[in-house]
Amino acid sequence: MAWFEKAAEAPLRVPTEAVWTVCPSCKAYVEKAEWKATDKVCPRCNYHDRMGCRERVALITDAGSFKELNAQVGPNDPLKFKDSTGAYADKAKATVEKTGIGEAVLTGTAAIEKIPVVLAVMDFKFLGGSLGSGTGERILLAAEEALKLRRALIIVSASGGARMHEGIVSLMQMAKTCAATARLKEAGLPYISILTDPTTGGVSASYAMVGDLNIAEPKALIGFAGRRVIEQTIKQKLPDDFQTAEYTQSHGFIDAIVPRKEMKAFLAKILRYASGAC
Amino acid sequence: MAKKTVGQQETVQEVKQTAWDIVQIARHAERPNIADYITFMCEDFVELHGDRLFGDDRSLIGGFATIGGEKVMLMGHRKGRGIEENIEANFGMASPEGYRKAKRLMKLAEKYHLPVVSLVDTPGAYPGCEAEARGQAEAIAHNLEFMATLKTQMVIVITGEGGSGGALGIAVGDRILMLQNAVYSVISPEGCASILWRDGTKAALAAETLKITAGSLKSLGIIDDIIPEPKGGAHTDAAKAVAAVKKAVLDNLAVLKKIKLDTLLQQRYDKFAAMGRF
Repeated sequence: MAWFEKAAEAPLRVPTEAVWTVCPSCKAYVEKAEWKATDKVCPRCNYHDRMGCRERVALITDAGSFKELNAQVGPNDPLKFKDSTGAYADKAKATVEKTGIGEAVLTGTAAIEKIPVVLAVMDFKFLGGSLGSGTGERILLAAEEALKLRRALIIVSASGGARMHEGIVSLMQMAKTCAATARLKEAGLPYISILTDPTTGGVSASYAMVGDLNIAEPKALIGFAGRRVIEQTIKQKLPDDFQTAEYTQSHGFIDAIVPRKEMKAFLAKILRYASGAC
Repeated sequence: MAKKTVGQQETVQEVKQTAWDIVQIARHAERPNIADYITFMCEDFVELHGDRLFGDDRSLIGGFATIGGEKVMLMGHRKGRGIEENIEANFGMASPEGYRKAKRLMKLAEKYHLPVVSLVDTPGAYPGCEAEARGQAEAIAHNLEFMATLKTQMVIVITGEGGSGGALGIAVGDRILMLQNAVYSVISPEGCASILWRDGTKAALAAETLKITAGSLKSLGIIDDIIPEPKGGAHTDAAKAVAAVKKAVLDNLAVLKKIKLDTLLQQRYDKFAAMGRF
């Protein structure tokens, strides 16, 4: 073996990603152990990074209380959709295998400081948290479960919007999920919506915005149309804080912005105020 | 397949129409608009203005109407005809005020025991800075919940462009009808092409793939019936096209009025709950 070949195959560098997490917002290097200890909140800029649905369940419910419902409900491919990067059916299948969560939302029953609830937690990892037919079905079934058990429903959103690959069927999931939350309200049951980064498009324009309480995580992106679309429409640059949780709250659409560490205790407090409704 | 312009519709009828051909007809400047429906379909119309909160959206209008002797609440998007009207009507892209006005009128319809007739023709909800600030997502979301449980008969007609959430915001009802050359989609073909194909010129392909035409939507179970148009499209004979819509609306209202309200609401819930259940 020639000397120059040998040199090329043995890099001396320790891979950065083994030790550090780079904050997606302020690009600060944070030690992996610290990133984990803060539940993925940047100690420098307070950005609340996207979180897997199971991590989220562990964070806001009593240990061991979560029981998944309707795990069998998964993506459908009503259009037999194919784009330049391939078939949606293959992408969906690969995503299910990779993430192990079956759909962009995990639903089940749980307890928060011993108060029983029905919980739906979206996961951005699953096709951008997009609202597909399986997602909508799981949310509708969760709302129906809350109605049956007379419990509060909590939905944690994290989604770019409707799942284009399912076309008009994905649009109809907005109407479908809202029909379900409307029934809960008619029955006088509490529905609490938590908006995390990002909650936009068809999800913000359906169940995420109609909670009795809308709660957001700090700095989460919340809005209807995408920033680029708006900039193209109005031909102006938008301010940096446009469509942040703080912006949305100042315009009257968010009751409270709650840091991740305090979320469980805050939810428990709200649920105690709402207990007369269950 | 060769791309055809609207001026070449005679050839459109001879060869097989593509989804993209139909998009052009749905967007035709001379296609019957809400003003034509008011003129040719209604014996009487009393426009009601304003959302009682902020303003009076000229992109979405409504009021009391009499159609073939039936008193109804009529509402619909307004694109306007001619550039001045187009601008005043913001090309049919409604703002939160429009959706909130629609909600107010629907509430009034329920109170006065009038059926709701909703005519859908919009490229989408307005993606602007003020629309975001005043809660475009919240306005649409609340309409979805509200329409799901509104205690009166509701007939929806997709007359031209059914553009995503902006269409859906007034399109939840007991019967969803669609004109032969109307389209209804989660995203515009151009938008889908630029996101999924990363190429805006692939709009014709995206239109085909998204299955946005009346025939496709009927087979997907999203719409109930297709209203036939005059040969060449509704703009070739507006009076005839509007008469067909009038007949379809009255036929459907007659059927709906025979159904008990509780049953009607349950059927409406079941209809949307079943969408995307395969």
